[in-house]
Formats: sequence, C-alpha cells, structure tokens
Amino acid sequence: MDSLPILSVITFLPLVGAIFIFTIRGDEAVVARNARNVAILTSLFTFALSLTIWVNFDTGSADFQFVEESAWMPAYGIGYKMGVDGISMLFVLLSTLLIPICILASWESVTSRVKEYMVAFLVMETMLVGTFCALDLVLFYLFFEGVLIPMFLIIGVWGGPRRVYSAFKFFLYTLTGSVLMLLALIAIFIEAGTTSIPDLLSYPLPVGMQTWLWLAFFAAFAVKLPMWPVHTWLPDAHVEAPTAGSVILAGVLLKYGGYGFVRFSLPMMPEASIMFTPLVFGLSVIAVVYTSLVALAQEDMKKLIAYSSVAHMGFVTVGAFSMTTQGLEGAIFQMLSHGVVSAALFLIVGVVYDRVHSRDIETYGGLVHAMPKYALVFMLFMLASVGLPGTAGFVGEFLVLVGVFQVNAWVAALTATGTILGAAYMLYLYRRVIFGALTKEKLKAVLDLRPREIAVFAPLLFLVFWMGLYPQPFLNVMHASVDQLVERLDLARAPIKPATLVAN
Amino acid sequence: MPLAEVPNLVPALPEVFMALAAMALLLAGVVPRDGDAATATFTSRTVGRLGVLTLIVAMLLVVGVAAQAPGIAFGGLFVVDGYALFFKVVILLASALCLIISQGYLEAARINRFEYPVLVVLATLGMMMMISANDLISLYIGLELQSLALYVIAAFHRDDARSAEAGLKYFVLGALASGLLLYGASLVYGFAGSTGFDTLTEVMRGEPGAPVPSGVIVGLVFVIAGLAFKVSAVPFHMWTPDVYEGAPTPVTAFFAVAPKLAAMGLLLRVMVEPFGGLTDQWQQVITFVAIASMVLGAFAAIGQTNIKRLMAYSSIGHVGYALIGLAVGSREGIASILVYMVIYAVMTLGTFACILSMRRRGQMTVAISDLAGLSKTDPVLALALAVFMFSLAGVPPLAGFFGKFYIFVVAVDAQAYVLAVIAALASAVGAFYYLRIVKIMYFDPPADGFDANTGTDLRLVIIGAALLTAFFFLVPGPLLTSAASAAAALFAG
Repeated sequence: MDSLPILSVITFLPLVGAIFIFTIRGDEAVVARNARNVAILTSLFTFALSLTIWVNFDTGSADFQFVEESAWMPAYGIGYKMGVDGISMLFVLLSTLLIPICILASWESVTSRVKEYMVAFLVMETMLVGTFCALDLVLFYLFFEGVLIPMFLIIGVWGGPRRVYSAFKFFLYTLTGSVLMLLALIAIFIEAGTTSIPDLLSYPLPVGMQTWLWLAFFAAFAVKLPMWPVHTWLPDAHVEAPTAGSVILAGVLLKYGGYGFVRFSLPMMPEASIMFTPLVFGLSVIAVVYTSLVALAQEDMKKLIAYSSVAHMGFVTVGAFSMTTQGLEGAIFQMLSHGVVSAALFLIVGVVYDRVHSRDIETYGGLVHAMPKYALVFMLFMLASVGLPGTAGFVGEFLVLVGVFQVNAWVAALTATGTILGAAYMLYLYRRVIFGALTKEKLKAVLDLRPREIAVFAPLLFLVFWMGLYPQPFLNVMHASVDQLVERLDLARAPIKPATLVAN
Repeated sequence: MPLAEVPNLVPALPEVFMALAAMALLLAGVVPRDGDAATATFTSRTVGRLGVLTLIVAMLLVVGVAAQAPGIAFGGLFVVDGYALFFKVVILLASALCLIISQGYLEAARINRFEYPVLVVLATLGMMMMISANDLISLYIGLELQSLALYVIAAFHRDDARSAEAGLKYFVLGALASGLLLYGASLVYGFAGSTGFDTLTEVMRGEPGAPVPSGVIVGLVFVIAGLAFKVSAVPFHMWTPDVYEGAPTPVTAFFAVAPKLAAMGLLLRVMVEPFGGLTDQWQQVITFVAIASMVLGAFAAIGQTNIKRLMAYSSIGHVGYALIGLAVGSREGIASILVYMVIYAVMTLGTFACILSMRRRGQMTVAISDLAGLSKTDPVLALALAVFMFSLAGVPPLAGFFGKFYIFVVAVDAQAYVLAVIAALASAVGAFYYLRIVKIMYFDPPADGFDANTGTDLRLVIIGAALLTAFFFLVPGPLLTSAASAAAALFAG
C-alpha cells in the first residue's frame, strides 16, 4: 500500500507522546501540567485517527484491511505485519477511546509522579492497539506480553494498600499462561513455516498437534479472560489498581482472552476447539453462576464489579464456542459492551472513591440525596450491566443466548441465570449505595459530578445507548469476518456429522 | 633457512599486539616513582585509558586485519574463522566497556592500581586465545592465561577479607577445574593420538556404527566438566555466588560478561568441532546441565538480598537457557546461543553499571533494599535498571525476550518439548526476582538517595545499554545475520 500506514501510526503515536513526556524537565507542577496536556492531546488525536479506520472500513469484506507489511527478522522469516478485520477493528477503537477517558479521569486524582503515570498509559495504549492490529504471531506476542510492564507499574505504583501483592499476582499469573502460549506459537511457526496470521488462518494444522496447541493457548487466554478457576488475580488486581488502571484492565485487557479465542483458537485449531467445547462450556457456566453468587456477597464495590466481569466474560466464551454466527457476534459485541460498561462502572466507583476514599459499600448510602446526577449516571450504567433492553449489555447477552440455544439448551438455560443473578447483585449494590436515608456525616458534604466528570461519562453513555438501540453499525463491521469463521468451523465439524448419524 | 618456518603472524596480529601492549603498559606503570596519591591516580588513569585504547585497537585489528586473513596458523594451533571473529569483537568490546566503568569504583575504593588494566588486557588476551584455539594445548594455554589474570583481579581488593576469600576460592576451584580439563584432554589424547582439533574431528567421527571407546567418553565428560566450571553451569556453579559477591564490583561485572562469553565460545567450539562426532554422547550431559542451571538459577535467586549474589544466580540461569541451543546440537542452535550471549552481555553490563552507581556518601552498597524508592531519587537510573530487569526476565518487547525466543524456536524445532516447557516455566519463576527489584525501586518508599555524581562514563554506558536493550526490537536484523554466519563458519570448519 502506498498510502499512509495508518495502523502503525495509531499504534506508535502514543509511544512518541510518551517519549516526549519523558523528556519534559522542570518544576514538578509544570511537568505534571505539561504531561497531562501532552497525554490527553496525544490520546485524543490517536482516537480521532482511529475513527478514520472505521470510516474507511469496508464492511463487505472478510479480509484483513489496511494491511502493512515489511521485513523485520528476515533470517527467521518473521515479518512486521499489521492489519484489521471485522473482529479486531472495533477493539482498536475501544482501546483508543478508553485511554483518553482514563487520562481525563485521573486528571486530578493522580497527583504523585504524574509524568510517569502518563508515560505508562501512553505506552500501554501502544501495546493495546498493537495487540489488536498485529498480523504476525511474534509481533502479536510482543504486544500481548508487553502490556504487562506498564500495567504492573500502574498497579504497583499508584495502587491501594495491597498493591504489591496484587501487581505480582497479576504479572506472574499472566506470564505463566503466556509463556506456554509462546511455545505454542513457536510450534505453529515451525509446523507451518510462517508467522503470518492471515496465512495461518487457512493452514490446516494436524489434528493431533492441535490438542496440545489449543491447551497452551487456552492457558494464556483463560488467565487473561479470566475464566474460572484462574480468575483469582482479577479481583485482587482490580481492587488495588487505581481507577484508570481498573478501567483499562476491565475495558481492554480482559478482552485479550476473548479476542485470542476468536482470533487463534477457533480458526487455527477448529477440530481441537470442537473437541474442547464441553470443557469451555462447563467452566463458563461455573464462572457465570459461581462468580455471580460471589459478587452478591461482596462488601467492596470494586471487587463486586470485578466478579461481575468474570461472569460477563463467561458469556463471551459460551458465545464464542457456540460456533454460531449469532453466538460469535454476541460474544464480540458482549466484549465491546462490557468494555464500555465495566469501564464506566469502575469510573463510577472512582468518583466516590476520590471524594470519600472508601470502596466499602457500607460506607455509603443515600447518595441520591447528595449527588442526584451521579445517581442517574450510576443507574444507567447499572442497568446496562444488568442487560436491560435498550442498552448495550442486552444485545450481547441476547445474541449469545440465541447462539448457544441452538447448540445446547442446558448451557443456554444455565448461562441465562447469570442475567438474573446479575440483576440481583447490581440492584442490591445500587440500593445500598444510592438509596436509603443520607445518615452518614461524611457523605452529606460530597459534591455532585463536576463538568470534567460528566465529560468522562458522556461519551460512554452515548455509546451504551447507541449500541443498545441501534447495534447494526457495529454488527455490520463484524459480520463478514464472523461468517467466514463460522464457515471454517462448519467445515471442520463436517466429518463428524456422518459419524453421529451412524451412531443414532 | 626456508621461509616457511617463520610462522604467519597475520591472523594472530591482534593477539600479538595485545601481548606487546600489555607488557608496555606494565613497563609504563612502573616508571613513575612511588610517591603521592596524585601521581598514583594519574598513573592508574593513564594506564586505564591506554588499556581501553589497546582493546579498541585490537578490535580494529580483528576487523581490519585478521578478518582479511582467515585460516589456520602456528601449525594448526590457532584458527581464525568467522566464528572466532564474532566472539573476539564482542569480547573486546565488553572488556573495554568493563574497563571504562571500573575506574570510578577503583578510585573510590582506593585500589586504583595500574596493574588492574594490565591484568584485564592479559585476561582478554587469554580469551582471544581460547576463542581461536584449534588444539587442546593452545586451548589450555589460553584458558590458563585468562584464569590466572582473573584469580588476581578477584582478589584485587587485597585488604578486604571477602575479596581475598573470593580470589582464593576462585583459584582453588579453578585449579581443580583446570585439572579436570587437563585430565580429560590427556585421556582424549591417549585414545585419539592427537590434540589437534582437525585430527580429533576425523577420529571422533570414526567408522559409522563402530562403538565409541569408553575412555574417550570419560575424557569428554571431564572436558565438559572443566568447561562447565568456566561458564558456571550447574553442578559446577558453586564458586559463582561467592566470587561474585566477594570480588570488587567492576571485577564481578567483568566476570559476568567477558570470561563467560569466552568460555561459552570455547565450549561450543570444542563440542561442535573436535567432538562433533560424539554429539549423541554429549547431548545428554548438556541437556542435564542446561535444565539444572535454569531451575537452580530461577529458584536460588529468589531469597537473595545482595544484588551481586542475585546477579550470580541470574547468570547461572542464563547460561542454562543458552545451553539449550547447544543441547539441540544444530547450527541454528549455535546461532541462537550467539544471539543470546550478546544480548545477555549487554543487559548484564548495563545492570552492573547500575550497581556501580549505587554509592551512598562515597560508600558502595550492594543490598537490594538500598534501591528502595530509586524511581524518585534517580528516575533515569531506576528506569534503566527496570529495563534491564524486565529484559533479563524475558518480557517483550525488550531484548532479553528475543534471546529467549530464538532459543525456544530451536528447542521446539528440534522437538525438545520437555526442555522448552521447563525453560518457559523456569523463566516465569525467574521473573519473580527480577520483578522484586523493580518493585523495590518503584513501589517502596524512598530510602536515602545515591550520590548523584558517579561519573559521565558510567552514565553513558548505562544509557547506551538501556537504549540497546529497549529498542533492540527495531533492528534485530544485523545481530541475527552476523550470528548466523558465525555459526555457519563453525560448522564449515
């Protein structure tokens, strides 16, 4: 392509901003102000650029678009290759949208080491966008793992009291899963002789090998997603991370797992994926039911939302492994809506945390009297999280359930209990925090949402309703790519069908 | 008198130059009469700079002269090939950088004697000989020249009990290892009838299907044991933590980089060239050594409180990863080791340069806890050290990841899955202790800051190494290509 390498620009522009911030010298207050300004400008500009991808995206094509390719390690036949298709494109936008929101949300709440904080977030943006754009296994791994460094520092430096424990747990859990995936990536490279993802999508890996590869990938993605029983790092990480760290963690990092399943496990190892579907269904159903119940019992707001994330991610895996068009689109849509809604919920917790410095639910109560605007915003996002029709959460969950119902009615029924339990714990949370009498002295003086905070929530609210009321633009983007994936999966399943007929 | 009897000195010109220069430096050092401290400082600085110059000139000679005249010299004792040239350039660079970062420490510790640079040059000369050895005898001479110089500089801080202990310990164990190596070499000679690598290569290849004499196997194992000691691979690693801890820090930096490169270069050549026919035999030994080193390096470092000891275990672990490339025995394996060792050298040199900057009110400190809150007191140093730590842990996109990646590629390619999985898990365990250092620098409340001015040289080395480590991913090509051609040269010879 002779035009501008748009994906590389979007990926590395934040890094340039980070290097620029790093060179700022001078008085601490001046440095902090300049760092904030550079960070917000860089990330907003990146977001604006990323919108052009959507504008120019050809929804009719299932192929990778905006593809860039150049030599990187020719001795190994490993190239630098970027591109997006319907599955990855919206995740790029999700990442570029959430980073400026994070920076804006930490405008006043982060006061120590502002320069380093902004550098960490911009470096993270590069890693996030790169992960979704990479079309080479090694490049993908580079970004996929590289994100650990800024996140480790964000949790560890700006986090809560048990931040060190949480940062280590987060890092080592995900690293252990990922190194196994690295070996699997290498095994694919050796077997297929290429690391180019588009080529590998149509490469038939031997079925015997797929089993092992699938398990290695599963180790990485199940930890990232996270799936029960390897989800325990998530509540710890969320509770201790600063608000913006939680937003990125829930908003984008958790999507790595689901994206990985849809991008790698399903298309590259279809036979193994079909074989392991019962395992995934089983773990997902446990995740949905169990973590919803756990969420019900939480006394810490962030922990509650963290467990609800695990439950929502259970929908994603169920949808993805239903291997139907509706299920897959639902899974991707659910990831996007969860990216927006859970990010917003963590920001909502952050708002009161900045004012009262407590995450305990029992500290609050009756906030509706002191903060009516806040109560409204909270309610809208709470309902979106519950999956009320008309909000983003509904579309994803509904499509997933439609998809999985065609495959296994029991799994669909059990997963559906998650929506009921979700309503229970979210409404319970809302009641305890917002309603009731305003009796606590500390809360009487709290201020309602400030304009900056409204500016943070406005785009997210807009998206929640847009995605809920008119999801077609989003589904259009993914449709062609998902169809292609489903076709490939059907092909892999085809030889099994006669066998079942005989058995019947 | 026929002209042929005059040996062709051109391939060995860098070595000849270094030997002469080392002697000249020694002479220059004794010329100023003993007197005030100012003269001594001046002498040591001058000799130190000249030592750096010697190493750089030697490197230019390697690139400019020796590279133009590859071949075998001194009746088959000495070989110059692409492989030797690769290692020589890297070792000379590493030694020169080690000398540069040493000066400040030596002056602060008041051991800035002019013998130090001379000994470093002599040790480096020994390494050059090792790399170019084409005979068990020249191998031994090179190894001993290197080792003797190293024994002395390990004990260079002679008024310090731990430094003296380190020197003695290194000497006793090193002598034992040399003895093992010699014993093995004599056994091999007894069975093969030659010490020359070229003849040994022929003999070891042997007749297809013919059994290998057990005496050769025993000899081979002894040789491996002797060389494993020099690269500090498990189970011959015991000296490493103590010597690393006791020796003066710049000496430790030197130990961790240059001799390790040389010994690795030597080990690879000996395994691939003369004993190439016995690959099936040594492969098992190397596989065990690699696994044991990785696992021990990962677990034993966790409890360390002294950063030099931690780096000792870290270096043991890294040798384990590198040896995977040898354990698979392919040319690609050797190339991946070369890449790994170069990246390792850069990271380690940078880390030690950071350790050398840990100076508080003129006193050196080596406790990891002294790094607390470094990110606030000296952000640049903290960032550089964090880059090195993440890189040593193998986290992408830093250079250390690529080193591990290429090693994993050859391991999976050779279907050594168990080895690859153990390596991957060991690297996850190892990440813990590297992260602990980052944690102490970034998450802990600041302790007293370090002295700000520790020399521009040191800063430049730190920043240079950090940039190389951080941005290796941009241009990995040149290193990969040169390592591949160096490995090809080894297999061609």
